[in-house]
Amino acid sequence: MKNVIEVKNLTKKYGSLVAVDKISFEVQKGEVFGLLGENGAGKTTTLEMIEGLRKPTKGEIKVLGHDVVHEVQSIKEKIGVQLQSSAYYDYLKLREILDLFGSFYEKHLEPDDLFKMVDLESKANQYIKNLSGGQKQRFSIIASLINDPEIVFLDEPTTGLDPIGRRNTWNIIAKIKEQGKTIILTTHYMEEAEILCDRVAIMEKGKIMTIGQPHKLIEKTKTPYKIEFVLAKEDPSFIDRLMKSCDAKDCDIKKLPGKTAHFEMNIKSQDLLNKAVEILQKENPESFTIGRATLEDLFIELTGKTIADEENGNA
Amino acid sequence: MRTFEDLWQIAKKDLLEFRRDRLRLVTFLIMPMFMMIMVGFIFPNQNTLKNVPIGIANQGNGQISQQLVTTITNLKLSPDKPDLAFEIKTYDSIDAIKNAIKSQQISGGIDIPADFDTTIAANKQATVTIVQDQSNPQISQMVDQILSQIVTGFSSEVGAQKINQILTAVPPTNPVSSISVQSIIAPVTSKIEGIIPGNPNYFEFVAPGIMAMIVMTAVLTGLAASISREKEQGTLDGILISPINRLAIVLGKALSQAIRGLVQGAIVLLLAFLLFGVTVHGNIMLVALLLVLGIFSFIGLGILVSAIATEQETATQLLFMFQFPMLFLSGVFFPIALMPNFMQKIAHVIPLTYAINAIRKVMVLGAGFTAVRTEFLILLIFGVVTLAISVPVFKRVITR
Repeated sequence: MKNVIEVKNLTKKYGSLVAVDKISFEVQKGEVFGLLGENGAGKTTTLEMIEGLRKPTKGEIKVLGHDVVHEVQSIKEKIGVQLQSSAYYDYLKLREILDLFGSFYEKHLEPDDLFKMVDLESKANQYIKNLSGGQKQRFSIIASLINDPEIVFLDEPTTGLDPIGRRNTWNIIAKIKEQGKTIILTTHYMEEAEILCDRVAIMEKGKIMTIGQPHKLIEKTKTPYKIEFVLAKEDPSFIDRLMKSCDAKDCDIKKLPGKTAHFEMNIKSQDLLNKAVEILQKENPESFTIGRATLEDLFIELTGKTIADEENGNA
Repeated sequence: MRTFEDLWQIAKKDLLEFRRDRLRLVTFLIMPMFMMIMVGFIFPNQNTLKNVPIGIANQGNGQISQQLVTTITNLKLSPDKPDLAFEIKTYDSIDAIKNAIKSQQISGGIDIPADFDTTIAANKQATVTIVQDQSNPQISQMVDQILSQIVTGFSSEVGAQKINQILTAVPPTNPVSSISVQSIIAPVTSKIEGIIPGNPNYFEFVAPGIMAMIVMTAVLTGLAASISREKEQGTLDGILISPINRLAIVLGKALSQAIRGLVQGAIVLLLAFLLFGVTVHGNIMLVALLLVLGIFSFIGLGILVSAIATEQETATQLLFMFQFPMLFLSGVFFPIALMPNFMQKIAHVIPLTYAINAIRKVMVLGAGFTAVRTEFLILLIFGVVTLAISVPVFKRVITR
């Protein structure tokens, strides 16, 4: 596979704050590559350095064989960047915005073809304020495609969308991939990354914690299996009993927040999983699911945090 | 070539956005009108000064005092206009006039004492008292001046009559007929001749300054606000990710501001012409050229401010700091020669001063290009130097 992006020892400092800390990775032609991480992990800074919007403090970035610092103009012709949906002109019609951006490039697509691709033909002569959240998001994606780029950067393309809007966006991303374009995206939704991304990199405090194909990364987690169950009522003695079925280092039970008597058990091996299932079945739980760990579990394991921690200010 | 196309695209986009933003458009059109009308009416001149209420207390009982009252009452400031200078109110005494001024019924007055006629008849010097409204120096200065002139003129008329009487009463031992009475009472007189025909008024002095000031401050704030707004909203990123030259971005924005500035300048000029009778004595194209050059001299400063300021609000505040002193120091309202020495020095580093000076020369004095070439050159150099500083700064700041 040919690398379209090569990042080597990339560092970005703002005074004494290290936003991106000596990261290296490659993105291959035609893949969907996900950069995951919390807010402030350095995802956007990394993307903006690759796009040529920010200057790296140190390190090297090559996009399609060109050096980002010295040959940024020729790179810009061949990449497309999705902006936040608020970042489009209030007083220009959608078609005018695409015409304007198109005029800046040597090569550009027909706005009508792009509107058709995301079902926005009827909105072409409207202002951005007349669009719904999902329509805005779709528009911001086609705006990034106006120069028929080889690489497309999508920064949180589904944030704030409802489930239908999100699935729509996934389909659009699939269409872009089918055209042979490389896609780099950031997202907060692990389940989305698991579905869309050929490979992901998980970032934390400016560093890349791990990188690879989502399913392979999940296999490498400490506890690749999990059971989720709901008991008829809270029963601490039963939880104790369940816990004793394996060593503390091999499993972990936690009460899920909110709903009464809703638990999740993370387990290291198939054997231990079977044992736990046996004990659980005898207890006649209201509901139980046996499953595999997800990218989210891996993410929490790596970044060492849960949403609850963050809300308590332990971030 | 690409840069020029991109530059034009940016300018076109800015103007289109501007045209569709009703609120901004309305403010843009109303501001110069407001400014012009306000200044035109606040600063009195011979076109706006009419029917000023003044009081007369005529305690004399003769023909001469009555003549003086009639002269004041019928005074016109311009022979071809029907308006009278004063609206006369009659009082009994000087104290009554003073009270009326205190209660702001009149803007000044004149008291003719009871012995006025008898004193003159007795060949002695009579005195009238002009009462000032010190709370309104602008008006009172003009009223005083006009009243004093009337009294002086009236006085020499009376003097001439008297001398005539003397000369005709005394037997002609010398060739009286060859002596003009005027050569005795006013042996020297002066006549004022300007470079251009007609009476210049304060508004003709102020109008070019206001035009230059409105246009240049609008361009300065407009440019800085336009760049920092796009920075703040994130729309600038959309342009920055494209292969467009950064110079094209700022110059395109400057072009759209310059076009807007010229439209505003035209509005101001039209109002000055229609409402206040200001005439452009020089070449109007030269005025436009100087205006463009003035705008050019400000563009660098605008870019610099927007590069430094991260938010629109900061940019506006920073600019206000420049603009406020500029209003007073650039000679918009007061001639620079009247300022203290150190202020004059400051005035001479402000480009607006040169723009106003040059435009004033062309508009009021009908000067040609050669008369304003120094200002032309200074504005050009100022513009080039500030651009040479600000564009690299902008380029660096914009890449975070």
